Amino acid sequence: MREKLVFEISKKGRVGVSLPRCDVPEEEPERLIPERCLRKDLPLPELSEPEIIRHFTRLSQLNYAVDTGFYPLGSCTMKYNPRVNEEIASLPGLARLHPYQPEELCQGALRLMYELGEYLAQIGGMDAVTLQPAAGAHGELTGMLIIRAYFLSKGQKRHKVIIPDSAHGTNPASAALCGYQAVEVKSDKKGCVDIGELNKLVDDDVAAIMLTNPNTLGLFEGNILEIAAIVHRAGGLLYCDGANLNALLGVARPGDMGFDLLHFNLHKTFSTPHGGGGPGSGPLGVKKALAPFLPVPLVVKQGKRYLLNYNCLLSIGKVRSFYGNFGVLVKAYAYLLSLGSEGLRQVAENAVLNANYLMNRFKDHYHLPYDRICKHEFVLSGARQKKRGIRALDIAKRLIDYGFHPPTIYFPLIVNEALMIEPTETESRQTLDRFADALIKIAGEDVKTLKSAPHHTPVGRLDEAAAAREPNLRWKK
Amino acid sequence: MYPEGLKYAKTHEWLKVEDNEGKVGITYYAQDHLGDITFVELPQVGAELIKGKSFGTVESFKAVSEFYAPVSGKVVQVNKGLRDNPELLNQDPYGQGWILVVEIANPAEMEELLSPGDYEQWVKQQEEVE
Amino acid sequence: MHYIPNTDGDRIEMLQAIGLASVDELFSDIPAQVRINAPLKLPSAFSELELLEHARQLGAENANIDDYVCFRGAGAYDHFIPSVVKQIVSRAEFYTSYTPYQAEISQGTLQAIYEYQTLICQLTGMEVSNASMYDGASALAEAVLMSCRVTGRDRLLLSQTLHPEYRQVVKAYLQGISVEAVEIPYASGLTDLDWLKKELNDRVAAVVVQHPNFFGLLEEVDEISQIAHRVGALFVVSVDPISLGILQPPGTYEADIAVGEGQVLGNEMCFGGPYLGFFATRERFVRNMPGRLVGATTDSEGRRGFVLTLQTREQHIRRVKATSNICSNESLNALAAAVYLTALGKEGLRKVALLCLRKAHYAWRETAKLNGFSPLFSGTFFKEFSVNCPTSPPKINQVLLRQKIIGGLELKGSYPEHENGLLVCVTEKRTKEQIDEFVESLRKIGEEQ
Repeated sequence: MREKLVFEISKKGRVGVSLPRCDVPEEEPERLIPERCLRKDLPLPELSEPEIIRHFTRLSQLNYAVDTGFYPLGSCTMKYNPRVNEEIASLPGLARLHPYQPEELCQGALRLMYELGEYLAQIGGMDAVTLQPAAGAHGELTGMLIIRAYFLSKGQKRHKVIIPDSAHGTNPASAALCGYQAVEVKSDKKGCVDIGELNKLVDDDVAAIMLTNPNTLGLFEGNILEIAAIVHRAGGLLYCDGANLNALLGVARPGDMGFDLLHFNLHKTFSTPHGGGGPGSGPLGVKKALAPFLPVPLVVKQGKRYLLNYNCLLSIGKVRSFYGNFGVLVKAYAYLLSLGSEGLRQVAENAVLNANYLMNRFKDHYHLPYDRICKHEFVLSGARQKKRGIRALDIAKRLIDYGFHPPTIYFPLIVNEALMIEPTETESRQTLDRFADALIKIAGEDVKTLKSAPHHTPVGRLDEAAAAREPNLRWKK
Repeated sequence: MYPEGLKYAKTHEWLKVEDNEGKVGITYYAQDHLGDITFVELPQVGAELIKGKSFGTVESFKAVSEFYAPVSGKVVQVNKGLRDNPELLNQDPYGQGWILVVEIANPAEMEELLSPGDYEQWVKQQEEVE
Repeated sequence: MHYIPNTDGDRIEMLQAIGLASVDELFSDIPAQVRINAPLKLPSAFSELELLEHARQLGAENANIDDYVCFRGAGAYDHFIPSVVKQIVSRAEFYTSYTPYQAEISQGTLQAIYEYQTLICQLTGMEVSNASMYDGASALAEAVLMSCRVTGRDRLLLSQTLHPEYRQVVKAYLQGISVEAVEIPYASGLTDLDWLKKELNDRVAAVVVQHPNFFGLLEEVDEISQIAHRVGALFVVSVDPISLGILQPPGTYEADIAVGEGQVLGNEMCFGGPYLGFFATRERFVRNMPGRLVGATTDSEGRRGFVLTLQTREQHIRRVKATSNICSNESLNALAAAVYLTALGKEGLRKVALLCLRKAHYAWRETAKLNGFSPLFSGTFFKEFSVNCPTSPPKINQVLLRQKIIGGLELKGSYPEHENGLLVCVTEKRTKEQIDEFVESLRKIGEEQ
């Protein structure tokens, strides 16, 4: 099915919405604004309402989504997005608020933010939380800026941030954005930070170590207390990329492990939908010593009133306008309340059980580079299949024919032909089995079938090289 | 795959020496490994290359790699054709896909470069590590 | 827990299959001293019914703009959102999908983003647009960083008529790198061009203004653009996309990067987010752009399809040398913007802009007639204007609130020199009756002085 572009459907004279008549004097714009400031032409498309609805509905049908099937994307925590959260976030009393409306007229919103911050602090073992960052990487940037401000306040200028070779790309990119030199530390044979290597790298020029725990191989960094001791001894800080927090909910807290900062991904761990790439939300929790540097404003409670406090002398300022992705915060808040503290732990337990169950099913069919208990995800290698000319990409594309979204592939970078699988707690054993059956069957399929997959999608494999060589980034007449 | 008469760097560039100048490109293995090449960033004529240091980048649609200078010296010519047709690096890595010509500053540096046979061995080792 | 399908029976069988006796064994690799033994201090689980009731109560403690009449803008605006927008973004196929890395099963999102990129180019007159940034302020910060990359320079000139929070965000983004941001003062509410000409030199990477500016006024963008280009600096402009229904687009005055807040394009005000920052620039800068891009290409059978492209700029490939650290963006909000711009279309957007323009001018004229109220500046404006009040704006707003009117923004907070300044916003949603009532309230307040 080929769906035309709105520009190709457009026909002169059609309108898609009815607007109110002008009830004030209809002055010519030229009388209000100098003519040189006015545009001559507005080349937008012209469609009627039924055409618009049909077009975008048809587009939606070309998408795979959590609501249509299993989405085992490693590192992405594609869990079910509860419907009540959506309903709550669209309540006029929570959705239709101006960010600058007076404090006395947004007490409910401020209370929600205050309580969410408290809950997140409790879950992560942190002392203070900002809800301002709009996504995980934005939380990282905020964290890096806070680390920098913290050292400056102590009269120190440190230049390095240590990051494992298995880290998400955002980690080194965020460190660099804040002017830090990202130094890579190798993983050991068990898939965790190589402590010997780390010891060699840590000195008094190291501002922080950025770690994901469990790491991107889905393995818990068992030496975490030692790692914390090493960096703290050198006066540095320990940053936690909370992308994989789903494995730890109610089980263990990064704050207790020695982490000084932690960002949460509400669009992963806390069930808010990914929206085809966003919006996310990346609140950042910090330990007491770093709290004075958090972005402004902070929501504070005074007696029974909630206030926005802008009066923070050491604050790094702001990383975006207003207070954060409030609509996303509402959904995460609703999710936390529907879980309660018992439900929270069940999430982690079931996510980890699902991952281990699934991993176990692949042991005889795929190379498993790190064969030990995993947390919420695990990484297979397509190395065996590669010997007969089949790449991880081919396996991924073939899974689509079986009705599944492919896992994350070629990441983490330290595993050859990586297939990174995260089932989440919201999948049933039956779904896991069907997925395992498919992936095992694919391991034995012929090269030709795999290379030409997927076979039943609206388009086949697309020429990405051509797209990059001669970028066509917008429609032209 | 690895023509005679060229010298090879472990970082997968080749060097073809003519008098005191050397033509530089990437090997069959390098272009195969990168996949479909989509973009090349090259130095200006006159730039100074330092052996072992990066002098440009090459992109496929999902990877970025750097070119490393097989020898030191001043760039006297660059292959402008690569700008519009980066796929030449895939199609003809030893011919039309050449990258630049460098004025060789220190011929002694060439001693560390590999012969076609040694380079082929080196590539095999790399593939085994994977 | 009704979000978890597996039963106790399932769990026992699954544990058996992997040879473990209990769920606790799955966590045996976590050091015992950091394992939680007691439940966390969180509320007990709410049922769905209780949760909805609780949320409604929280909502009832807020004034929402269905119940109040809003004359406040300053970066978030009460514009009309057609039903088609809400219906489309509520489709789970869009909102429960991930970033479209697997093109074959993400053509819906990919094509919608390609359409969004095109619509933003049509609106701004620029050559390329990315798939969105977090919001207008962070988009501006990214624009400023890109200017430094493109020019190799380390100094920025930011107009003081830029939204105060945007300036704050730009400065926060620059903290870790050695780039200096200097503020251009304003005169009569507009960026001071004499100062600009004096201070501009070939160290400057970009001149950055907002148009219409924070006070609501139209800047001399043509001239600023020329001045900036004379020394090889880029011209970066933050624009209100609704204003582009009638105002000349950044492309025609040779802006190098055009950014702005896309909330107004079909997104709720939602207490400040999620919004989207749009980001558009020249084709020749495309490899220096931050953020995702979608491109058109073909499959093996020659069918048109869409893919994420030029990904080598992004963090997941280029890591430390990426053009930005951004990963998640505001895709669903960009979809809303695309549907909004399609629904409004050529005629509709112009009409909305004209309604804003006329209603704002009506409100301004009526206000200026009042005793004690006078325009703060004399420049041309679009949908926001600044007035000087006869008494303190907080007092005025208190009175207005009693009549369920959210008045203008008090300028004093960010511009102490305008002690009695009020920034009033009038969108197409305000009726003549509402404006008259607003003005009448001001009249009474003025007379009581």
